Amino acid sequence: MLDYKPNMVLSNEEFNSVGKSPIRHDGADKVTGRAKYGADTNMAGMLYGKILRSPHAHAVIKSVDASEAEALPGVYAVVTSADWPETSMKLTDLAEGSIHNLGFLSMNILARGKALYKGHPVAAVAAVSPHVAEEAMAKIKVDYEVLKPVLTAEEGMKADAPILHDRLAAVTNPALRPGGLLEDDAESMQTNISNRFEFSLGDVEQGFKDADIIVEKETTTQAVHQGYIEPQAGVAHWQTDGNVTIWSSSQGQFTVRDQTARFLGIPVSRVKAIPMEIGGGFGAKGITYVEPVAALLSRKSGRPVKIQLTRIEVFEGTGPTSGTQIKVKLGATKDGKLIAAEAELIYEAGAFPGSPVTAGIQCMMGQYDIPNAHLKALDVVINRPKAAAYRAPGAPASAFCMETAMDELAEKLGMDPLEFRLMNSGKEGSRRVTGPVNPLVGYIETLQAAKDHQHYNTKLDGKLRGRGVASGFWGNNSGPASAVAVVNSDGTVSLTEGSPDIGGSRVAMAMQFAEVLDIPVEDVKPQVGDTDSIGFTSNTGGSSVTFKTGWACYNAAQSVKQQMVERAAKIWEIPSDDVEYKESVLQHKSDPELKLTFKQIAARMIPTGGPIVGSAGVNPPGPGPSIGVHIVDVGVDVETGKVEILRYTAVQDAGKAIHPAYVEGQIQGGAVQGIGWALNEEYVYNDSGVMLNSSFLDYRMPTSLDLPMIDTVIVEIANPNHPYGVRGVGEVPIVPPMAAISNAIYDAIGVRMVDLPMSPDKVLEALWAKEGK
Amino acid sequence: MAEVWIPPKLQQLTGGHQQVQVEGTTVRRLVNNLEAMYPGIKEYLIDESEEDLIPGLAVIVDGEVSVLGMLEKVQENSEVHFLPSIAGGAGG
Repeated sequence: MLDYKPNMVLSNEEFNSVGKSPIRHDGADKVTGRAKYGADTNMAGMLYGKILRSPHAHAVIKSVDASEAEALPGVYAVVTSADWPETSMKLTDLAEGSIHNLGFLSMNILARGKALYKGHPVAAVAAVSPHVAEEAMAKIKVDYEVLKPVLTAEEGMKADAPILHDRLAAVTNPALRPGGLLEDDAESMQTNISNRFEFSLGDVEQGFKDADIIVEKETTTQAVHQGYIEPQAGVAHWQTDGNVTIWSSSQGQFTVRDQTARFLGIPVSRVKAIPMEIGGGFGAKGITYVEPVAALLSRKSGRPVKIQLTRIEVFEGTGPTSGTQIKVKLGATKDGKLIAAEAELIYEAGAFPGSPVTAGIQCMMGQYDIPNAHLKALDVVINRPKAAAYRAPGAPASAFCMETAMDELAEKLGMDPLEFRLMNSGKEGSRRVTGPVNPLVGYIETLQAAKDHQHYNTKLDGKLRGRGVASGFWGNNSGPASAVAVVNSDGTVSLTEGSPDIGGSRVAMAMQFAEVLDIPVEDVKPQVGDTDSIGFTSNTGGSSVTFKTGWACYNAAQSVKQQMVERAAKIWEIPSDDVEYKESVLQHKSDPELKLTFKQIAARMIPTGGPIVGSAGVNPPGPGPSIGVHIVDVGVDVETGKVEILRYTAVQDAGKAIHPAYVEGQIQGGAVQGIGWALNEEYVYNDSGVMLNSSFLDYRMPTSLDLPMIDTVIVEIANPNHPYGVRGVGEVPIVPPMAAISNAIYDAIGVRMVDLPMSPDKVLEALWAKEGK
Repeated sequence: MAEVWIPPKLQQLTGGHQQVQVEGTTVRRLVNNLEAMYPGIKEYLIDESEEDLIPGLAVIVDGEVSVLGMLEKVQENSEVHFLPSIAGGAGG
C-alpha cells in the first residue's frame, strides 16, 4: 500500500485578492473589438508585404530573377536571401537567454540555397496593396532543381535517404539539443539525424529480469497545429535614423527585438518591439516568422511594411508540433511496483534540427518512481515545416505511449489504473528516471483527488461505452521578468510588466501586486510594456508567467509598500520602523490616532518626496513541476467508428490558483486541444510533400458542439518557491487526453488504439482487424 | 563533496562512473575540478568563454533547475545534474 502521507489538498490560506476571479482589465476592449492585434496597426504610406513560398518540398534554388517584379508599378521592394545577412550556424544564446540556432532560424525565415519544405519562404515583396504584391510575386522567376523529399523520420533514417543538409552535424554532446552545421571543409556526415541522447538510471537489464509482468507498446503521432485564431502579423518601420520599430503579435517582444536585430546585423538597442494583443499562440509565436522580413522590406523600401499571413501560410509555413514514433517497455512486480522502463523516442524536427524530443523524453515518466530505466531519443530532419513549440512541447506524444502502456500493465496486474499509478507515483525526494530528485510535488494528491472524484466513482452504463484515465507531467519553466509600478495621485497604480498576455495574465499580475498592498485589484491598471519601456522579460511560455512575472510584481509591490511607509514616517516625523502597513492603512505602531490610507499618501506623494515608483527584475528559481490526471467517458459508434466524448474531468495541481476561473479555463482549453489531437487533427501530405488539408475546414479541430462541459478540479499543493505558492498551469492539461481517450476506447470496444488521431476510419479498421474482417 | 551525475555518453570520460564526488562551492569550480579529474569533459559542459554553460544545457542542483548556471552555489552534499534544457510552449 501507499507509504506516504499526502500534503494538504485544496489549500485554504485566505487572501484578499489572490484566489478570487475578478473581471480582467482588458476584457471590455476584447469583447467590444477595440483591442488591437498584430494586423491592426496601420500607418500613412504603409506597404503590404507578401512572401513567395516554395511549391516544392525539397529543391535546390538555382536562381531567383526578380527583375520583372521589381519593375511592376506599385512595387517598392523585393528581397531574397541575397539581401539577407548570413547568420552563424552555431547554437547560441541570445543576449538574455533565449536558446536558438539562429542560423537555422534565419534560413527558415528566408531560404538560402535550398527549399526544404513546401511553403518555405524564398522571396518577399512590398507593394502598395496586397494585390499588387501578389501580382509581383507571380513575376518572380525561381529556377528549382526538384529533389526527392523525405516526409517521415522513418524515411529520413534510411541509409539511402535523400539528405536535407549536406553538412549537418549529428550532435555528439549528450546534453545538447538542436545540432548545427559542420565547417565548410569538414567531411559530410550524410545524415538526417541531428541529435541523439539518452538517460540511464540503475540497472535496467536486471530490472526486467526481476519483473513478473512486462508490457511493450509502440505508438505513432502525426504533426498537429496549435490552431491559434490569429495568424502571425506585424508591421515594421525602419526609420531614417536607423532605428526600427515593430508592432506585432508574439509571445515575446524581446524575442522579436533580439532575433530581428541578430538577423539584420544591428544592435538590439536599434530595435523597439511593441507587443500587440495576441490571438492565441500556444508556443508557436515564441519565434519570429514575419517581423524580420517586414523590417528588411522596410529598410529597402523606406516605408513601413505590414505582413499578415493567410491561414494557408500559417499551416504550410509555420511550425506545427512533431510527428513521433515512440516505443516503451515497462516491467512490474506482481504486486504492482514498477521496477524497469525502457523507451525510444523518435521525433520529426521538420526542415531544421530541434524537435521537442528533449522535453518529451524528460516528461515521459516524470511523475513516476522507477528505479531502473534507460531512455534514448532521436531528432530527425525531414521535408516539412520546422517544428515549433506547442503547449507542453513534446510531452503529449510521449505520455500517449507511456500512459497507454500503464493502462495495459494495470489491467494485466488486475489493478485499478489510478491505484496502480498511486503506488508508483513520485513524491518529494524520490528520483525521476532522468536523474534529479523531486522537489515538493503534488502527484499523489492529484491522483488521489481523481480517484475520489464522483466521476470516477459513478458507474458507466450502456453498451460500447468506456472510461479511461491518464496522467501527464510537465516541468514548468521560469526565466527573467520585470515589472514597474507607478503610484498615481488618486491612489491607483499603473503596473507595467513584460509578459505578453495570452491567458489572462494581466489580471493575475495585478492581483499578486494588489495582494501585497491590500488594495482593490481594480485599482491596479496592468499593461504589457514594449522593449524600451520595461526590463527584459523572457517569452510567455513554459507556463512561466504567473510564476516569474508574478514574482516581479510581488517584489515591485513590496518596494512601493516600503516607500509608502517611509512617506508616512516623514509626515509624522518618526522613524520608519515605527510605521506599520496593514490593510492598505499606514499607522503609527504605538499611536492609534496616527493613520493614513494608501490613497491619502498617494495624494501627498509629490510634496513628501516625489513620485512613488516600485520596480523589480527577477529570475526566480524553482517553478515546480505539475501533474494533471484526466478521466474520460466515451461512446463508440461501431457503424461509423466515431468516438463521442460523453464526460470529461480534469484534475490538476496548480500550486495556488491566483485566478481560479482562468486556471479552470487553461485546464479546459488544454483538454480540448488534447481531445482534438486525439480524435481528429493531423497534417495530411501527399507523396510530393504537399499538405492536403491546410484550412480549418479540412483540418478538423473540435468545436463546442463536439464536446461536453469539461469538469475541473484544482488541487493546490503550494510551491514553496513562490510567495503565493504558484505552479504553472497552462501546459500540463494537454498532456493526458490522448492516452485517456485511447484507454477509454479500449474499455468500450476492447481495441487498443496506438496511432493518432483515433479518427473514425482508424477505429473501424481496428475493429475489423479484431473481428478478423 | 558534491555528487555529480555524469550523462551516459560522457561516462566514457569518467571511466564508466555514473556519479563522481567533486569538490567545489559553485558550479564553475565544480566543472573546473571535474576537468582536472577527467580531462576533456569540460568542453561538453561549458562554452568557449568558460563563463556560461553550453547553450541548450541546464544544470540542476538539488532538484531545481539553476537560473544562475556557472555561478550557482553548491553545497557540501549537493547533487548536480547536467540535462538538456526544455523549451516551453504556452497555454494560451
